[in-house]
Amino acid sequence: MGNTISRRAFLKGGIAAAGALAASSLPLPQTVKGATGEELATLIDIRKCIGCEACVEACQEVNAPKFPEPTKPFPKMYPSRVKVSDWSEDRDVSDRLTPYNWLFIQEAVVTVKGEKKILTFPRRCMHCQNPPCADLCPWGAARKLKNGITRIDADLCLGGSKCNKVCPWHIPQRQTGVGLYLDILPSFAGNGVMYKCDRCYDRIEQGKLPACIEVCPENVQKIGPRHEIVKEAHAIATEINGYIYGETENGGTNTLYVSPVPFEELNRAIEKGPGKPHLRPVKDAMAHADNLAKAMVVAPIAGVAAAVGKFYNTSKKVTGPKEQDK
Amino acid sequence: MKPKKYKVSGEKRIVKWLYILTFVVMAFTGFGQMPIFKRYYISDIPGMGWSADFYFTHYIHYLGAIFLLALLAYVMVDYFLITKRNVRLTASAYVRIALLTGIVLTGVIRVLKNLPEVVFSPGFTQFADISHLGFMMLYLLFAAIFLGLKSGWVQAR
Ligand code: SF4
Ligand code: SF4
Ligand code: SF4
Repeated sequence: MGNTISRRAFLKGGIAAAGALAASSLPLPQTVKGATGEELATLIDIRKCIGCEACVEACQEVNAPKFPEPTKPFPKMYPSRVKVSDWSEDRDVSDRLTPYNWLFIQEAVVTVKGEKKILTFPRRCMHCQNPPCADLCPWGAARKLKNGITRIDADLCLGGSKCNKVCPWHIPQRQTGVGLYLDILPSFAGNGVMYKCDRCYDRIEQGKLPACIEVCPENVQKIGPRHEIVKEAHAIATEINGYIYGETENGGTNTLYVSPVPFEELNRAIEKGPGKPHLRPVKDAMAHADNLAKAMVVAPIAGVAAAVGKFYNTSKKVTGPKEQDK
Repeated sequence: MKPKKYKVSGEKRIVKWLYILTFVVMAFTGFGQMPIFKRYYISDIPGMGWSADFYFTHYIHYLGAIFLLALLAYVMVDYFLITKRNVRLTASAYVRIALLTGIVLTGVIRVLKNLPEVVFSPGFTQFADISHLGFMMLYLLFAAIFLGLKSGWVQAR
């Protein structure tokens, strides 16, 4: 059943896309962000979080219909080095990111104004403004939406885990035994589907708040147009002499944390590892692509210039002797 | 007259090999965008570790694209201004040109998509990503067929 839906959605998407292309071969003006409004960002005020995990539970509950239901036994994969990622028996794990847990609470014991304190805060996908997971997805399964959400389409994803590798925080998590790869060459290509926070894109479409934001008793998170969120983050940071994470990380993300202690300190204090992202400074992962794209505009001009130059020289050579002949 | 002809064919030969070399690099780094080189031990070959580094292969793919765009623009203008007088394109050349156009256009769309300011619709992104690979596979298939048929790009007028 799952596979049928996958195949249908896949074909529908492809046909619709081909139709859209035929209808307008220049899709830029309608589809470029900005035509429909600013990206939405979230603000996470670390001071307020009490670590109750209500957000974690709400995320699991609301997104349960999107969770993978793998068919077992899994198809045998070759070569044997390809490992199965199976979280379907560990759906209750909530202290890290998994395909069944897109949000978890990280804990840091730090000193605030000379006082030892336990700080807790929600961690999930940062929804980068220029997300390498989406840019580098070879299959078009991971995409950025105009409202600033980065989403992996579970009907399309082949589970190669490239997005996890190129993500500066290694956020997306894999479940084997589900998705489109089962319909193609399950033993030789793909390995399931990657899962992560989709910032409740379906709720946002309906004008609702993401579940984790709505349920939080302490109003830790806020969502709004990015420039407003950045402004507010700065206002809080100035007020508390605090620090911001996400404004410039990886070229800017649509998730901004505000903390009373420096993020280096938080990063030292948190548990890090698979499914437990760091809080280090992150350079813009796609900066090379932005820079080389500029060179791509010049390249054909250089090619044309070289050919025209050659033409000019050869025609001079051709006309030269002719004139001498006269 | 004789030395001029020799000079032209020498340049064409260089262009041809530059094109083949660029194409091989583009195909390799392009396929390297799929997570297969590690799975299938390519990156385990001594000296090939870089092939599993997605950022590195992406960088090389972009550099190759810059070179390819310059080369294609050169060949195109050169054909219309000079070469066209002596040769005409074969049927197999038209097939390759059509597929190459597909590769380049979808490639340009992908480059645009990767800019921070540009967001395409999900369907369009999917179309561009998958058809870029599709055009390339078709190109390789036809290139192999034309190689078997010994059908070049041009023939004398
Ligand atoms: S944090 Fe990682 S998974 Fe999330 S949008 Fe950025 S690159 Fe993608
Ligand atoms: S935004 Fe939605 S999907 Fe993302 S962590 Fe919150 S509840 Fe989960
Ligand atoms: S619901 Fe709010 S207070 Fe509770 S853990 Fe989540 S963010 Fe923190």
